[in-house]
Amino acid sequence: MAATQAEAKSGGLPAAELQRLTGIAKRVREKILHVTEKSGGGHLGGSFSQTDILVALYHKYMRVDPKNPKWEERDRFVLSKGHGGIGHATLLGDMGFFEEVKLEKFNKTESIFGMHLDRHKVPGVDASTGSLAHGFAIGLGFAHGARLTDRKWHTYIVISDGELHEGTTWEAFLSGAQFKITNATVFVDFNKLTIDGFTAQIMNVEPIDKKIEAFGWYVQRIDGHDFNQICEAIENAAAETERPSCIICDTVKGKGVDFMENQPKWHYGGLDNELAAKALAALRKG
Amino acid sequence: MAIGLTWNIDDADHMTQGEIYGEVLTRLGSENPKIVALTADLAGSTKIGAFQKKHADRFFNFGIMETNMMGWASGLAESGLIPVVSTFAAFAALRCAEHVRTDICYNKRNVKIIATHSGTSFGPAGTTHHCTEDLAVMRAIAGMTVIVPADAFETAKATAAVIAHDGPCYVRIGRSFEPPLWKNLDFDWEIGKAIQLREGTDCTVIACGPSVLEACDASDRAKARGLAVRVLDMHTIKPLDKDAVVRALMDTRRIITAEDHNVLGGLGSAVAEVIAESGKGCVLRRLGMQDRFSPHGSPEDLQHMHKIDADGIEETIAEVMKTDFEADEDWEDEV
Repeated sequence: MAATQAEAKSGGLPAAELQRLTGIAKRVREKILHVTEKSGGGHLGGSFSQTDILVALYHKYMRVDPKNPKWEERDRFVLSKGHGGIGHATLLGDMGFFEEVKLEKFNKTESIFGMHLDRHKVPGVDASTGSLAHGFAIGLGFAHGARLTDRKWHTYIVISDGELHEGTTWEAFLSGAQFKITNATVFVDFNKLTIDGFTAQIMNVEPIDKKIEAFGWYVQRIDGHDFNQICEAIENAAAETERPSCIICDTVKGKGVDFMENQPKWHYGGLDNELAAKALAALRKG
Repeated sequence: MAIGLTWNIDDADHMTQGEIYGEVLTRLGSENPKIVALTADLAGSTKIGAFQKKHADRFFNFGIMETNMMGWASGLAESGLIPVVSTFAAFAALRCAEHVRTDICYNKRNVKIIATHSGTSFGPAGTTHHCTEDLAVMRAIAGMTVIVPADAFETAKATAAVIAHDGPCYVRIGRSFEPPLWKNLDFDWEIGKAIQLREGTDCTVIACGPSVLEACDASDRAKARGLAVRVLDMHTIKPLDKDAVVRALMDTRRIITAEDHNVLGGLGSAVAEVIAESGKGCVLRRLGMQDRFSPHGSPEDLQHMHKIDADGIEETIAEVMKTDFEADEDWEDEV
């Protein structure tokens, strides 16, 4: 059975740790707003919904070295929902994978950053993604390859609920279970929206936990903005040795900026000075 | 040998192209532990299953899910493994086109796709199982090497060569019942280097795959009628041996291409591009499917229908020989 939200919440981070992660997430979201304003437009909605998952991974669990992005033994990360690239890149810049000032040129021709990140250009990116339902299989391949070559690294994969529409995603769920890929953890950034509207109305995927569980995975369903739940789920997943792990994160598209939350139009948007200031104020207000 | 082959294939005359591919890959797998083999429920049909018997721990059958398999192969390469993927060409190149393009080529992953049952080689199965567009699709993907071996011996050479080559490769072979062009492995074969099989200055036939043998037969028949028809085995479609095409153009001024593929986008188009860019005048005929789907039928009948057998090539040679060229002393300066 999928762990319920109440069960997953039973742990709890020390207050200082919770405060640390919350503070980083807030800082990263503020920076995403800034980069979006500079770039002329960005995938704000999905970048905000995924932020807490990425912050927990990069700042608490993943073995990476910002000064040595190609470190052979690093944990691998695949943002299968590649349109979250502006959020991912901003987080990497915040950590020092590259000079943060480079983000000022996001989307510009001379920049290393297009809206979907290129692994050959952006330090810290392990897979070039963008077209949906590609990164999941690539990430499982990373993990499988690690097992075959006796590497210790773990692979973390973040997919979107929109990707659950694609048949290839379900192929990946089937094969992940068949090959018992237990050295990867898959997160569903379940923000309930695609470009055209609400997932449930366009092509419903619920009950998603039961579906994925029926495919042979260890499934946890949590609040994807609650660091206590995110961290506990990651640790539960690490302890699971028989089935591959999927953490369904119920998230809010546009999380943190009240007028963007749950608004399909904020899948992708631009910010002028006024809107950027309004969004920043909303973020800081919490 | 040129590409480091160290084995002999026993009873090669009795093995099909696919069986030789499976055998060669298995032997390469014994030498190179980085090779892993993937298929999508076609271990037996593609003969990659031979690898499984010897290297079960490095063989993965994905069932009938090709797109996920291509992405997975891309991921496996991250750890330095060399994934070799085999399924029918229609699925590898058409169903998986975006996954091959984005996951493997854009990501620059060292994956080898050995696609079987290409062209009309699986003729009786009908158009759904033919693949007469793969060369166009694979050739258009940046960074992809595209190879069409003429027979099983070339398949053996190509398999070893692509494993040694750093970068994504697409090798297109048939259903396995094609007659051999070569008698053994005692010949030089190199990616990107055409092999001249017949000399001639009247006309050149540039062919790939099973059409190479047919072109040789057509050349031999033409020779009996006093014509010297050059035959080029253009086993590598990309990177194309442009020098060989330009030499043929300069020496013979009549070029015929023959391929088991739509004439749009494949070998014929690749050759036409070289000719057009050369600035030289030339008679060109492209044999293959004339922008149509092939119906079902035996491969031999279909080759005849599409004029890519010796009869069709011979007929086309006769046709292009009706074109006269005036002596042109300034030929060298025409560009």
